[in-house]
Amino acid sequence: MAAATAPPSTTEAPPKSELKQRRPRPSGWWLPYALLAPAIVFEVVIHIIPMVTGIWMSFLKLTKAFISNWGNAPVIGTKNYEVALDFNGAVGSALLQSFLVTCAFTLLVVGISWALGMAAAVALQGKFRGQGFFRTLFLVPYALPMYAGIIAWKFMLQKDTGAVNHFLYDNLHLGGDKPFWLIGDNSFVSIVVVAIWRLWPFAFLMLMAGLQSIPTDVYEASAVDGAKPFRQWRSITLPMVRPVNMVLLLVMFLWTFNDFNTPFVLFGNAQPPAGDLISFHIYNASFLTWNFGSGAAMSVMLLLFLLLVSGIYLLVLNRRSQRA
Amino acid sequence: MRETSGIKVFRVIVIALLTIFTVVPVYVMITSALKPLSDVQGAFTWWPTSVTIAPFIDMWQTVPLASYFGNSVIVAGAATILSLIIAVFAAYAISRYRFLGRNIFSTAVLSTQMFPGVLFLLPLFLIFVNINSSVGIQLVGTRAGLVITYLTFSLPFSIWMLAGYLDGIPRDLDEAAKVDGCGPMGALWRVVLPAARPGLVAVAIYSFMTSWGEVLFASVMTTDANRTLAVGLQLYSTQTNVYWNQIMAASLVVSVPVVVGFLLLQRNFVAGLTAGAVK
Repeated sequence: MAAATAPPSTTEAPPKSELKQRRPRPSGWWLPYALLAPAIVFEVVIHIIPMVTGIWMSFLKLTKAFISNWGNAPVIGTKNYEVALDFNGAVGSALLQSFLVTCAFTLLVVGISWALGMAAAVALQGKFRGQGFFRTLFLVPYALPMYAGIIAWKFMLQKDTGAVNHFLYDNLHLGGDKPFWLIGDNSFVSIVVVAIWRLWPFAFLMLMAGLQSIPTDVYEASAVDGAKPFRQWRSITLPMVRPVNMVLLLVMFLWTFNDFNTPFVLFGNAQPPAGDLISFHIYNASFLTWNFGSGAAMSVMLLLFLLLVSGIYLLVLNRRSQRA
Repeated sequence: MRETSGIKVFRVIVIALLTIFTVVPVYVMITSALKPLSDVQGAFTWWPTSVTIAPFIDMWQTVPLASYFGNSVIVAGAATILSLIIAVFAAYAISRYRFLGRNIFSTAVLSTQMFPGVLFLLPLFLIFVNINSSVGIQLVGTRAGLVITYLTFSLPFSIWMLAGYLDGIPRDLDEAAKVDGCGPMGALWRVVLPAARPGLVAVAIYSFMTSWGEVLFASVMTTDANRTLAVGLQLYSTQTNVYWNQIMAASLVVSVPVVVGFLLLQRNFVAGLTAGAVK
């Protein structure tokens, strides 16, 4: 993608004589490029240069000694990648573990958030009293600043002073000792629940907008034909919101896979392996050990993985919609 | 739509469960913010034993919250305004002109906003550190440096969402303006922008919200001089006590501006999001 934004600036001024022979250039041809110029300049500064730098960094031995004079960092070729992909070594096995945790996390969070968002959107379809109130209420977790909601959960998940253990062990009288939720294996459950709490309103928002575009007489006609509500949902609602779903699932996948805020705010520096999402892992690997070369190599691989998954996803979807 | 009793039962169950799920953390946040410190340090209670507003007063002293607040307003505001200005021109070009490189540009913009933040964080940090050591311009630990990093996500989003909005504004409007003697810039300024005002507001709110809640860049690029709320709120826990009541009070106070803004303008927001999405 690094090269993708470059062409506009090079195609901006093809040899003039060549174009003139074919047809006169319409006056004002330069206008869109002038309008785009500031955006292109900024895109180069904030995206392209860092990305090229990041790729270059991944081939360097960029440890603490070289952070402030990177020009002296020795080139070590693909060594950073080899270490990260050596799953028998300490670095590689931790990365693999983090990757697998992230995959499981993403599947659960995206799947459940979509289901909750769909259920809420369908439940709020039609007209009834209090509809506007609930629509607004459900959006609150999404509107809260990301860290504020997660901090509230962090408080609720405390072992001795938290609301969750109080509810489970003091109100419901489950037997046994109160568990830790923010260290050990339970931390996986914690990040999944917190991430869903924050993400599902987004699915709800998008699906609700999708449902509004379905004309009500379609439902009426199918009801006359004797279709039950679930059948209506499967045969009308689901196909009609397909365009929204296509984008929604991709966006939710990318956000969730890259999620850094949830583990960072919940766990701080504790980094339990069961809650060690990939962005959090790369961040810690880079800033705790100050090995930026290795961190850059891991981020490049993360990007390649995301591009691959998104590419396959879009390809499959396009092929299917062409066939339909 | 004909409503069967099945639909009504489904509706009540779904709404009840999701309301509980949504409200409990917010409820805990509000009640804990009104509890004295001894209450939040002992076993949790659903109802405060005594109500106090002290946490809302003390929270300004425990950490320099006002200065974090100021930094957040300045950084999020600057990132929003800057990306909005740049995005207006870019979105106008994408929406109104067919030119060589148009698809490449819009695809690239769309894809960069999906990239992991960590991919940009390491190189930007390194570039900033090395600019400082070679030219002497300080970027890590300054508001300007933070604004630059915030553009990495607010700019592509603004361009993408605004272009979607402008596509929804009939071209006849600009044509009419041109007939009346407006140049392309005049048409943008006098006709297109006023018509796109809901879109501009939605984009501004979204980009302000995201910058306001940003944690990743803030955790690395801030020092005492430019610390934002996202990082500052975590400092209540590093003192000898964990002031959970003050943390909750501060979380509430910093949430109010963005939550109110978002909820008031959610309709604009939905329209903009789907306009961009179904393109």
